[in-house]
Amino acid sequence: MTPIMTLSATIQSDAAGQAADAWRRQSSLRRLYTAIGIGLLLATLCGTMWFADEANAGHFFDRLPHILDFLSWLVPKDWNDVWRALFDVASPHDTGTQEFNFPLGRVHVWGGFYIPEYFELMLTTLNVALVSTFIGFIFAVPFSFIAARNLTPSPALRLVVKRFMELLRAFPEIVIAGLFAAIVSIGPVAAIIAIGLHSIGALGKLFYEVNENIDMRAEEGLRAVGANWFERVRFAGLPQVLPNFMSYTLLRIEINVRISTIIGAVGGGGIGEELKLSISRGFGAKTLALVLLLFTTIFLVDQFSAWLRRKLVGEQAFLMSA
Amino acid sequence: MAAMTADEMQSIEKRYPDVFRRPLYKRFGPLFLFAGTLLYLVYALWFFSLPQVLRESHWERLPLFLTQWISYDLQPEFRLDQPEITPKYPRFSALGDDPHPDWVITNADGSFTILVDGPAKSVTFDKAEATLVANGQTVPVSLISGKPVISGPVPDWISAHDDEVVARMGFAGEVRITVDRVKVRKRFLGWANFVFDTRSPFFGKSPGEVASLLVSGPELKPGTSNIALAADNVWNNAQWQHGDVWTKLLQTIVMAFLGTLLGGVVAFPLAFFAARNITPSGLLSQVLKRFFDFMRSVDMLIWALFFTRAFGPGPLAGSAAIFFTEIGTLGKVYSEGLENIDDKPREGIKSTGANGLLVQRYGVLPEVIPVFISQTLYQWESNTRGATIIGAVGAGGIGLKLWEAMRTNSNWANVFYMVLLILLVVFIFDNISNFLRRRLSRTIHDYNRIQAAQNQ
Repeated sequence: MTPIMTLSATIQSDAAGQAADAWRRQSSLRRLYTAIGIGLLLATLCGTMWFADEANAGHFFDRLPHILDFLSWLVPKDWNDVWRALFDVASPHDTGTQEFNFPLGRVHVWGGFYIPEYFELMLTTLNVALVSTFIGFIFAVPFSFIAARNLTPSPALRLVVKRFMELLRAFPEIVIAGLFAAIVSIGPVAAIIAIGLHSIGALGKLFYEVNENIDMRAEEGLRAVGANWFERVRFAGLPQVLPNFMSYTLLRIEINVRISTIIGAVGGGGIGEELKLSISRGFGAKTLALVLLLFTTIFLVDQFSAWLRRKLVGEQAFLMSA
Repeated sequence: MAAMTADEMQSIEKRYPDVFRRPLYKRFGPLFLFAGTLLYLVYALWFFSLPQVLRESHWERLPLFLTQWISYDLQPEFRLDQPEITPKYPRFSALGDDPHPDWVITNADGSFTILVDGPAKSVTFDKAEATLVANGQTVPVSLISGKPVISGPVPDWISAHDDEVVARMGFAGEVRITVDRVKVRKRFLGWANFVFDTRSPFFGKSPGEVASLLVSGPELKPGTSNIALAADNVWNNAQWQHGDVWTKLLQTIVMAFLGTLLGGVVAFPLAFFAARNITPSGLLSQVLKRFFDFMRSVDMLIWALFFTRAFGPGPLAGSAAIFFTEIGTLGKVYSEGLENIDDKPREGIKSTGANGLLVQRYGVLPEVIPVFISQTLYQWESNTRGATIIGAVGAGGIGLKLWEAMRTNSNWANVFYMVLLILLVVFIFDNISNFLRRRLSRTIHDYNRIQAAQNQ
């Protein structure tokens, strides 16, 4: 049925027959390699699945029938409690336990006007993401021009900066967060430092790859009139790369919102911490309210950033990168 | 160059209105952006009460912690209020049960000399007097009046408190003297007992001795070969927990691998139904796309917390969390890849009368497979890093171990050990994935080149 068979049937010359044979040999060899590759992958898959199952506290097939039991605590007795939890309105089920003490978390602004606790926490997480992305951007821009092969002021400096950014990128955020938690106290500031440092490395890499692909004619022109390094970068490099820089920065904001939620869960403050507590204690209504808020926020941030990126650089913005 | 006349300037201005008469938002946009950013930063400063946090922070701890990453200290204590001065080492100190370090010297007259950093930085003491030596100065501290007393000027490396004298000797350590005890902290560069811990029969032996024991020594533990015993001692090293650390590291790697691969396997067929140009029904495409968005937006942390509750803590929960997030991410990426394909090969296959499956197999797959694999590798790379973090909330792997080692602020050397291992893994995986992607991009490149040649 393959096209080759019909081809060799219609063309009768010897040369064509030989070519068809060679092709068939090659393609069967190729198929063999593919089969071996897929077989190896499957074996690894089974091995790792077994390993993960062995190492886990509960085993997959033991726990699977109970998955729905586990979901049962999530279903609140009164669905209105989800809204009450979200907006810190007193619940009629309040018996003084932590499960229903919704109004306690109100953040009073003035008079009777307050920000619900979870919105305040979400704001903290968002602010951590924004400030750390800003830190990343501010440092990544100059670093990226030093690290770009075509624009670097000195090859030795370029190597140092590149290695430094690689280190920042690979260094686990959680260690930086833990280290700074001991210095500036546990909370969002430690998270900002950790995520900010990581963002410098991550953005810097993407930025310098953009820089290396610019059109160098503008730079040559500036060089010809005697512009110094800063002027060449400012007037020949920056205008070409700024839309891409902004696009990557927006992508980074999306990622950083997620990371700051996770860092929050291990002591960085914000909504992650509250969510972790709520799930571990099995507070159905509170958990649903938090998940709803977090989900909506992340969704909106993603959509907004995607819209802005499309305006900035068009469809190419959607080539994902780490 | 001659100066331009006003007329010339005006004519240039008229000829290029898009350069000289730009709309207001374009002219002042950057300014507003700048001002907005500045305002936001001021707000953030207030929101995080940064001045206060910075005022209350302990920056002096940073160098201390960083030195602990690559060094360890020993803290012998010498009681002076007992009939005879005896050195006491903390339990589980790096020297083992019966320490006789050569930097603690018992003199003939019953006094002790401790060489914190050779004789140039040392302390010699008996019950009546201690003599501190450092920075070329010798400072006697008298202990007979019920308080430590320094007669004469106090150098700046010594702080004399009411009941205690503290001599700081830089990186090498410090000496604390009260009337009833002398406490020394001596710091060593390196990691203590990295290979064998103090309970191991191989402890304290030189590499040569250990090697000869391994090759031809008598069995140290009857019934077990020395090589097996040594391997067991290293694997179960109480201080460094090599076995546990490596197992947890493997769990992290497995979590990223399983989650990404399974996510890709599930996302792959779904992406065909989600891609606008391939899907049999527009409604299905929309539903699937919203489903991908949902899986992504619920966030890895939420999945991790849920699955930790469902399966119990461990790599299974972490794999499942990455798997669910990855269905969303890879589904989105794959379907966008499919939407960007060239339609001509598909039409060609269709015109031969092939059925739907064959059209996808020969008309679409060859074009997108390299892109799919490349994107999956990217995600694998980033999930290896992500798996470290979600581990800390209980989803298995090295994250939790890291977090616990950090929480006490006393185990920074262990933290650094794990960080080095993680860096190594990330480095290796980055290179593997880069290598594979470079080969793939060559395939993509060749494909594009052939197409371009055919179009000419």
